[in-house]
Amino acid sequence: MSSVASNNSLDANSEGIMLSARQLFCERDDRVLFKNLDFDLAEGQVLQVQGSNGSGKTTLLRILCGLNDSYAGSIRWYGQEIEEQAAAFFASLLYIGHRVGVSKVLTPIENLRFSCSLKQAVSDDQIMGALKKVGLRCFEESPCYTLSAGQQQRVSLARLLISPAKLWVLDEPFTTLDTKGVAQLESILQDQAKAGGSVMVTTHHQLTIPQLSLLSLG
Amino acid sequence: MSEKQTTTSAAFLATLKRDLLIAFKKKNDIVNPFMFFIIVVSLFPIGISPESDRLTEIAAGVIWISVLLASMLSMDNLYRADFEDGSLEQLLLSPHPLFFLVLAKNISHWLVSGLPVVLVSPLLAYMLALPDEAYLTLVLSLLLGTPIMSLVGSIAVALTVGLGSRGLILAVITLPMSVPVLIFGTLAVQSTLNSQSPLGYLSLMLVMLSVSVSLAPLASAAALKISVN
Repeated sequence: MSSVASNNSLDANSEGIMLSARQLFCERDDRVLFKNLDFDLAEGQVLQVQGSNGSGKTTLLRILCGLNDSYAGSIRWYGQEIEEQAAAFFASLLYIGHRVGVSKVLTPIENLRFSCSLKQAVSDDQIMGALKKVGLRCFEESPCYTLSAGQQQRVSLARLLISPAKLWVLDEPFTTLDTKGVAQLESILQDQAKAGGSVMVTTHHQLTIPQLSLLSLG
Repeated sequence: MSEKQTTTSAAFLATLKRDLLIAFKKKNDIVNPFMFFIIVVSLFPIGISPESDRLTEIAAGVIWISVLLASMLSMDNLYRADFEDGSLEQLLLSPHPLFFLVLAKNISHWLVSGLPVVLVSPLLAYMLALPDEAYLTLVLSLLLGTPIMSLVGSIAVALTVGLGSRGLILAVITLPMSVPVLIFGTLAVQSTLNSQSPLGYLSLMLVMLSVSVSLAPLASAAALKISVN
């Protein structure tokens, strides 16, 4: 099931490698989170980042997304540094963090309308379809503060169904989901990998996806 | 990519619409600063003197100071909720220039907190016995000044949004930048009262507005990146 994705062949231009990190180093409060971290993420690959609490999983994901710039090393998107092509990189990236980006006063449909239209044009039909698939059929018009944590998580996961982004970066997407939701999310991740997209995910959950590789921190 | 990427103007409009929608749903955010403004202004005739001569003298200053305080009260809403629910990160990860998205948020903030104050100001000016000829100048100066306060305040809020307890730090950062607006705003009204043309002061405010529209969102965007880091 697992093949360790790492080791430093410095041929960043090789075919099918979407994201490659070389010699990543990050330190927080005088504690080294990781150093000399190398890995490649290929098209069609699901990379699960593992590690104990506080080992820097979230930090690593935020660094890869460009939300955190306190690191040293190089991160390349199809062979080019991400800073040099930020707009193109952001257009192909979908990030869902701990804070899922769902406004509590808005309804699921209003939330999705906004968060999706930051990247691509979406129709209301698409949004309704996605909400139905994640099991929020009767909740489209309820304000999100009336929804449970798991349902709010589902609102953010509906974005996965709409998004054409090639790279998904998901931070603990399974935490508040029920068993059915977990199974559904796994199949969504698998579909993304089959379609040639990639996923980078942190979770303590045992994933059963054929395209899975593991990256261990700390 | 199978689907079409949105244009920057579509993302701008989506952000503007969303913020207006949130403000509309959370009516407190609109009503509180507005009520605060009206209450503060109404206290002056009671506390100082109901004589119109004395009120006329202080009218412009009272209104402008109350506007400044009300705008500081409303600033906090600008990024706080977005920071807490993660929408801010989504904004930062948009392929569109953050400048325009921040500008959209600032415009929405002004529409919700600044514009109502401008619209109600003639009524309060009447209460403070401001002579008729100064109404137009007052409204014009507020129309130019309140967006500057929103834009400049946005920088301070963006810088402090990641801090847990902010207390007065917001006011300490914002006030020095807002004082020039206060000075020119009141001077414009005073000069009308002294039968001079207020155009000089108003055009200075217009310049300040153009500078803040073009530069403040850049600073806010940079500050947001630091805060989210």
